[in-house]
Amino acid sequence: MTTVVMTEAGPETGLPRARGELSDAVMRALTGALPWSRLVEVTATDDEDALLTLWIAHELHHRGLPRFADAEWTPELVVVRRRLEGELEQRLRARAEGHQPESATPDALLDFVRQDAGPSLSAYVQRSATREQVLELLWLRSIYHLKEADPTTWTLPRLPGPARAALAELQYDEYGGGRPARLHAELFARGLRACGLDARENAAIDDVPVEVLEMNVTLTMFGLQRRLAAASIGHLVAFEASSSAPSRRMARGLRRLGLPEEIAAYYDEHVEADAVHEQTAARFIAGAMLRADPTVADDLAFGAFTCLDLERRFAASMFRRWGVRP
Amino acid sequence: MSDHVDLHVCPNGPLLIRGAVGVRAPDGTVHRTERPVSAVCRCGKSASLPWCDGTHQSLRTPIDEGERR
Ligand code: FES
Ligand SMILES: [Fe+2]
Ligand SMILES: [Fe+2]
Repeated sequence: MTTVVMTEAGPETGLPRARGELSDAVMRALTGALPWSRLVEVTATDDEDALLTLWIAHELHHRGLPRFADAEWTPELVVVRRRLEGELEQRLRARAEGHQPESATPDALLDFVRQDAGPSLSAYVQRSATREQVLELLWLRSIYHLKEADPTTWTLPRLPGPARAALAELQYDEYGGGRPARLHAELFARGLRACGLDARENAAIDDVPVEVLEMNVTLTMFGLQRRLAAASIGHLVAFEASSSAPSRRMARGLRRLGLPEEIAAYYDEHVEADAVHEQTAARFIAGAMLRADPTVADDLAFGAFTCLDLERRFAASMFRRWGVRP
Repeated sequence: MSDHVDLHVCPNGPLLIRGAVGVRAPDGTVHRTERPVSAVCRCGKSASLPWCDGTHQSLRTPIDEGERR
């Protein structure tokens, strides 16, 4: 089933629809309908409710929900955010245990990604996805791609010198190398618009499944917490190293379906850019961190596993949704 | 850092070049890049020559066979 909302305007607050008691309460607190002091008493209905609440709290640190920017550091909200992040991190670590790579040298991380055999959305897009399915995929991915690279930028000042220089170099490329029109987020926005989709940030939030919420809040949590800098970089390595070939398959699928060149161009750019980024992320960023402090190995490995695992869960949920066997 | 370089050979991967460059292909075409760092294919199997597109990952014989670190 596809529920691609085209250009329907969201409510003027930009707030998403609640998915349970806690996300409802946090939005009532933001709009002044609930005293902040009451928020800490509310418990989440389920994981989906908790993840949406976290997403809202994180969005205040990003560019979203501009009307509520003043609430960014509200103590009660920070208390709730830290509690939810703690639960999320525990769940992610439990999933990684026994499955994350044993070594976190650059080559070990790259090998770990190469050996990943999760269900591939890009292979399906290349060969057999319908136009509607591809539009739905782009729509759901827009939550991340419209703020592409932003969460990792928070990691930058936490890194040792050589790793910091290398991450700045990588991010400079993600941010268009000084040309606003080349910002990766802007390339994606242009592609969405060419497809007739709403390219305003977070326009898709009410449609995304729980797996997309989890992917996004995990990455933001890794970026926001200095303690998790190595997990953020491990995630970056796996993300970049699992992008070139899938981007080529995406571009082929988009052209097979006759979708606009603008959206194919976003993926063309990533074939080349991420062939570079996977090397620099593994060798110059993760490698430099590991040389400066060998104890980061475990979190580099944890971040790499988590990136692939969350993508695997998202892919599985899309194949289920479409009734397709990967 | 004293060991900072502008050309870096990745084991079983591309040659990384720092700074904007032009590469002349065998047919005379000049390919330009303005990326801060570019990756030139060393395996010859890329679909975007002269640039690396990650294809080296799936080669049965690694580029630097026997030299793996
Ligand atoms: S070296 Fe990467 S594709 Fe040839
Ligand atoms: Fe990118
Ligand atoms: Fe990238």
